[in-house]
Formats: sequence, structure tokens, C-alpha cells
Amino acid sequence: MSYRRLAEQQPAAFAFRPEYEPKIAREIAKYPPGRQQSAVIALLWFGQEQEGWVTRPMIEDIARRLSMPYIRVLEVATFYTMFHLAPVGRHHLQVCTTTPCWLRGSDDVVAACKKHIAPTPKTVSADGLFSWEEVECLGACVNAPMLQIGKDFYEDLDGPTTEKLLEAFRAGKPPAPGPQKPGRKSSEPEGGALTLKDPQLYKGGYSRKTGT
Amino acid sequence: MATRKLIINGKEVEADESITLLQACEQAGAEIPRFCYHERLSVAGNCRMCLVEWVGAPKPQPSCALQVKDIFPNKDGTPAKINTNSPVARKAREGVMEFLLINHPLDCPICDQGGECDLQDQALYYGRANFHRFVENKRAVEDKYMGPLIKTIMTRCIQCTRCVRFATEVAGVPDLGATGRGEDMEITTYLEKAFASELSGNVVDLCPVGALTSKPYAFNARPWELRKTLSIDVMDAQGCNIRVDTRGPQVLRILPRTNDDVNEEWISDKTRHACDGLVRQRLDKPYVRKNGKLRPASWAEAFAAIAARVKATKPEGMAAIVGDLAAAEEIKALKDLMLSLGAANLECRQDGARIGGAPRQGYLLNTTIRGLDSADVLLLIGSNPRWEAPVLNARIRKAWLNSSLRVANIGTPYDLTYPVEQLGGADALSAIAGGTHPFANVLKNAKRPMLILGPGALARPDGAAILNVAAKIAGDTGMIGPAGTAAEGGWIGFNVLHTAASRVAALDLGFIHGRDMAGILDGAQRGEIDFVYLLGADEFDMNKLGKAFVVYQGTHGDAGAHRADVILPGAAYTEKDGLYANFEGRVQAAERATFPPGEGKEDWAILRALSEVLGRKLPYDDRDALRRAIIADAPHFAKLGEVPAHQGADLSVWTNIGKAGPIDARLPLASPIADFYLTNPIARASATMAECSRIFVGGQSRMAAE
Repeated sequence: MSYRRLAEQQPAAFAFRPEYEPKIAREIAKYPPGRQQSAVIALLWFGQEQEGWVTRPMIEDIARRLSMPYIRVLEVATFYTMFHLAPVGRHHLQVCTTTPCWLRGSDDVVAACKKHIAPTPKTVSADGLFSWEEVECLGACVNAPMLQIGKDFYEDLDGPTTEKLLEAFRAGKPPAPGPQKPGRKSSEPEGGALTLKDPQLYKGGYSRKTGT
Repeated sequence: MATRKLIINGKEVEADESITLLQACEQAGAEIPRFCYHERLSVAGNCRMCLVEWVGAPKPQPSCALQVKDIFPNKDGTPAKINTNSPVARKAREGVMEFLLINHPLDCPICDQGGECDLQDQALYYGRANFHRFVENKRAVEDKYMGPLIKTIMTRCIQCTRCVRFATEVAGVPDLGATGRGEDMEITTYLEKAFASELSGNVVDLCPVGALTSKPYAFNARPWELRKTLSIDVMDAQGCNIRVDTRGPQVLRILPRTNDDVNEEWISDKTRHACDGLVRQRLDKPYVRKNGKLRPASWAEAFAAIAARVKATKPEGMAAIVGDLAAAEEIKALKDLMLSLGAANLECRQDGARIGGAPRQGYLLNTTIRGLDSADVLLLIGSNPRWEAPVLNARIRKAWLNSSLRVANIGTPYDLTYPVEQLGGADALSAIAGGTHPFANVLKNAKRPMLILGPGALARPDGAAILNVAAKIAGDTGMIGPAGTAAEGGWIGFNVLHTAASRVAALDLGFIHGRDMAGILDGAQRGEIDFVYLLGADEFDMNKLGKAFVVYQGTHGDAGAHRADVILPGAAYTEKDGLYANFEGRVQAAERATFPPGEGKEDWAILRALSEVLGRKLPYDDRDALRRAIIADAPHFAKLGEVPAHQGADLSVWTNIGKAGPIDARLPLASPIADFYLTNPIARASATMAECSRIFVGGQSRMAAE
């Protein structure tokens, strides 16, 4: 980790798009009156969804909506690393480098990102399409190594598949999320199931007789 | 009050269930080190320095965050055993200290906190000598900007968050916060903005390490070089208890003293940092105006010039005005001198407040500062307590936080750091008195209602009528009565808030006689008044003194000195022993910390010497005799530190306050203070206050002008 600061270049203004208003109202309504500050993380998340990153006008707008001092929202925004405090590419790659992914070759994925996006993390590529960062375990170790783009997981990667993934995004044709290895479905074994294949299993053949 | 038995360090004690284990241990005589815990702030429990052993518990317990009521007895029914100095507790504290010191720089020799640093002291007593396992690089943190008073060296910060809690809870200005997390947590203001509170300097005292230190005092002195003198603040009328730290002839800093009845342990930034004004613009020798120019003179020449003029003046052409910072001694001496000369016009209300005379309750904060804690409804009238008495405002905020005090305001609205219902202007006051305003019922139904009349309400032409109406409201709505707990004769909810430290003492000693302020200035312009004695009075338009002969006895080359024909250099509040009565009527004694510069003398001694030249020798030769004379005039001056008892239940007293009359609803009901940082000659001479004014007030007053 490192010190988290707001970006130097900030937009002049921020406003939530109208489609977020009902969502915001729903989040605030979850908490009793006077406790509306509890919705701050949800609102920051909506703001980041809309803008791609958390801006200063956004922090101030959210603080005014929730009757909080600005500094309290800044505290939350700087505490959680999921909030980007500087602009990211349109597709932000969060590459898992925790032990299981690392053992399965996440270094290659990172190398591909460095080669094709930017040599340093959290840097927007020249075309503005991509940026990447290393993150801690995203909980898909069985399909390691993997990365997350937006809300989607792309799994079973290596150097070339990562490059192919980037190509596809660049072409505007994102592949289906999930394992990128052909012939694998979600977290099932490659080439289909290896266990629990005995049809008897599903006919109650091995179950102990009950009600003796 | 439920209690619970505990065995603390082998001693069985009966502890109140409502307190924390830390407090119980202290009551049992054990010393508990701490950094984040502070009596007047909420409990954070994040420094872990107060760990103690609860025998049987798997881990050491943070005593500040553990309530006595949560400590259950042992299985066999014997009281729980707490050890504060067992090997377990010691090892835990040593571990915490080792962690705290990992990232703390070893810059004590250049740190301003050195010598009065909690971390330094506790590392000595609770750390492990010559033992450290951390060989990596230390963390470094960027320094932050927090305004002109607070210097930050954030690498020293141990993240106790006392400053953040103070800003949020006591000051009510949530400008400070902790960003980031873990090792990278940083204390900062929102985007490097100044900490905009009148109480901001208190975070310097709260900071247990050298992360937040006083910017004006930076690198000035070490605590052991300073002589400490107990004193009383005169920047406002609250009489905050202070400690004046001096080295040689100079006041280097002013710190608060704890007094729960007055200021708890806070003081305002003006109290704390106006002290650099004590060495600037000082009057250090007598001056006499010759051919239109002030020329240095000897004391004898100055006195002779005054004597010549006094002889040529009829008694009714003489007037004396007491300034805002005078102590009771010189007020009494000046009053005796002027009366012996036959002078008929004495005035202590420079702002023209229509107040004073009997009964005494008519000009005091009768509820008392401590009584405020139990009030449930407060009506402010023409007051901005945040600027008129910042520490009192923090107390009102505390009452709002702790007991849901409901605050309403009549007059110009201000941001007081707590919610205030705005009831309107002076017409709302009449409506409440008439019972037609809904708020009249709120006051009637309240258990302990109170009102505070600010200087803005009284310094109007119809001030006496407002005073009268306010006393009527107090009588009608049950603010006066035997009910309640205040030890001083029951509950009295009628209060007047003063801004001048000298005001209550001057009113007590009867320094109102003959013409009032407007009358004196009017007389001076018409030539009816041609001798005016200013005792440090600077807060009115000097052009209105006409052609009168003006004697200015005071400390600073401010408005009064520029207008004066004779200047007598006096002593500032740190340079004399003095008695001050605060707005509650509490008389407190200040001690002399330094001597006046140059030929300056203590003010009462100047008046005593002058009286001899004028042939009206005052009957006291030393301070004790003078104080005896004061006590003979006003017996409550003998009871230092006490609030005098009132006959609150006697309702007839309250009908004689002020003067019934029409109230002009069109006049503004606003606080007269235009700039908190520049309200008196000392503050106006202070470079620090000028800087504060530029940063915190400059923008506001420009906005108001537009």
C-alpha cells in the first residue's frame, strides 16, 4: 500500500445521472433517519461506476447528500482500495497476484499487462482504453491465475490469453467472462467432469437403505 | 449508583459501574499510561497503551474501553482480579511501546514537545531500554497545513486521533480526519484547508507527541527554561484560567489551567496566541502632547500636565472611562480619585450597553457555566457566543451533545457549531414576552430554561427595554425559582453575556456615575466635557472626544493613545497582580508574570502617585490595603474563585431590571464583534492574531461587504 491522495487534475463538477437517483434513494432508505451516512460506501461505489474513479466534486456532492463533513467522505474513499482516486482506463484490469495465482503464473499476466498497457500499474494506456493494477486474492483460486475487469472475472489465463483478451477488448468484442481456456466450464475440471460420473450415484444406488 | 467489587493490584475496591476500568484503576491509586484516552473526549481505544491484566482473561485488556459494569466476577463468585503492573501487563505495554517507536523518529533534540512529551515520558517508564528489533526503514509522512497556529510534523504522529475527536466533538468543526489506513494512516484537514475553529490551539495541548505543535512558539524555548505563573485571561469575560510561561522579561506562551467551573481545560486561540502582542506597540514611557505632537516626558512632567489641566476644569466637565482589560484594583483607584476630584461622570460601558446598577443579578451570567450543563432550553438574544466567549460556546455545545439542550436564537443567525432554531428579530422577543409566540410555551414547559442576552442586544438605544423584557420573560416562564439544583440559591435562567473582562468588576464597584457613554461623547463634542481620563479604553470612535483634554493610561499605542494629550504607560494583564470578575461574577486573582517594559508601572500605583500630585492622596499605600478597600465596597471580592450566592427565588428583584419601553424591531440584533481576532489592543498588536484574522475572517468580512 501507499499513501492515497486525490488526483491533482480534477473535473470541475459532478452530478449523478438520473438513473442512479432511485438506486441512491433505495440505499439511503436502508438506514434509519439520521443514520443516512451509512450509505456513503454505496454512493461512492455508484459514483465510481458512473465516472470510473472517485473525483473531488463527487466526494463533496455525496457529503452534501448525506449531510456529512467532506473530510468524513474523504476518509472512507481513501480507506478502501477499491475506490480509484485517479482516472483509470475504460477497462481497468485488476490482476490477482496472491500466492495461488502467482504459483500458477500470474507473473506472465502481469508481464502482458506491462507490455501492452503500461509499464507501471494504475497508469492509463496511451489509447485511454486500459489500465491495470495488482490486487490481493479475489477468491477464484481454483481457476488461477485470473483478473477482474469491471464486474467480470476472466480466469485460467496465461501470457498469450491475456494478450488475446486485451485484443478482444480493444476490438470492442469482449469475450464471455469465466475460464479463457477452451473446453472448461466455470470451475469444472478441464475436459469435463472426472468424478461423480457413476450414473448409479443419481439413482440412489449407493444410498443406505433408510427406515429399517 | 451501582457499584462492583474489583481487586486491583491486590487491593479490593468498590468501583462505580458507570466508569471505565482505567478510571477505576486510577481511583485505586494505580497509574495507567495512555495516549489516545482523554477524559473529555470519546473513547477510541486505539493506542493500546492502557492494557492491563484481567486474571483469567486470555489477553490483556484495554482498560480505557472496558467498562466496570462489563467486568464479571470469577466463577467462584470472588471479585475479578485486575493487575496493572504484573509481568503480563508490563510485557503488553512494552510490546505496544516497541510498536509505537518503530515509526517514531528519534528527533527529540529538535522537537518542540521535548521535555513535555507523553511518548518520551512513557517510553522512559514503560518501555524497554536498549531493545529494538526493527531494522527496516522508518516511515515518513508528509507534513500537513492546518492553519497559522498549528505546526505539523506528521512523521511523529502516533495516530491517537485525539485531535480528530477534539475537532469533531468539542470544537464542533469537523475539519480534521484520518485518511488512508494501517501504516499509511494520516491525520489531515480536508485538502490542506486551515482548521477553522476558535479553539484550534487546544489540539496542540492534546497531542501526546510532537506531531502538532504551536507554530508561533516553534523553537522558542524548552519547558524547563520557563517560569510558570498562574493567571486569568482577559481576552473575553469568561475568566479562563491560564498559565503564563515566561523566560526573562518575555511571555513566550499561554496555556490553559484546568478549572471545571470555568473553562474545563480549553482556551481560545486569542487567549493562547495574542501574547506576542504584549511586546509590540508598547507604551514604555510617559508622553505629553506639545504643539500638537506627542513627546516623551518624565513621570513628573506628565503628572504636572495633568494637574494643571485638572485645576482648570470644573468637576462636572471631567469624565473617566474604564477600558475592557482593566483589573479591579485600578478601577477602584480611578473611581476613588475621580470622585475625590468631584468628577461626576464615570463610565465602564464603552460599547454603550444599557446595563448596570442594582440588582447585581441584572448583569451576570446567573446560571453559571457549570449550571449550563443541566439546562434544557436556551434562548440566545443578540449574541454570537462563538466569538464572544468561544469556550462558553463549547460548553453550550457539550450540553447540546450530552443532554440534548434545545437552542433558539433571536437576532442575526450565526454558525454556532450546534443546531439553533431561528425565531426572528426583536419583534419575536416582544411576542415571546406577550405569550403569543409558540416558543413561550416551550420555555414554560421546560424544566430548566435559560436565556442569554448578548452584547448585541444591550448596546442598542433601546437596550434597557430589551433587558426589561428579557427579565420579564425570565420571570414569566419559570426561569427564576427555587426549583433546580444550582447550589447558588436555586435555578436562575436569566443571563447576560459580557465580552469585556473588566465589565463585571467595574459594575460591581459602581463605575457608572453621571453621564453615560453617549452623554460623555456628546458633552465632549459640545465642549461641556473637557477632561477625559481613559483607563485603557480604545474601543470607541476617538474623533467623538471633540477638543477635550485626554489622558490615556494604558499599555498599547492603539486608538486611545493616538488621541491622547498625556500618555501614562501602564501594565498589561500579565504584568500585574489583579482581581478580575468574570461574567458569572466569579472573582479570580491573576499573578504577575513579568514586569511592564521601560518605565511602565502597575496601573493602581500610577493612580496612587497621580493622586498625590493632585492633592487628593488615595488612602492606600500597598495592594493589600487597596484590596481591603475593594472588599469594603464589594464584599464578594474576598471570596476568590466562588460564584456569589443569589436570592434567586425572590421574584421582586427581577421586576427592577432595565427600564420598560418600546423596542425598535427595525434595529439589527447582531453581535458587535466584527473580528474575533482583533477585539482589544493586545490582540491588535499581535502578528499572530493579524494572520488569523486574514485567514479566517478576512474572506468572510469581504463577502459580507459585497
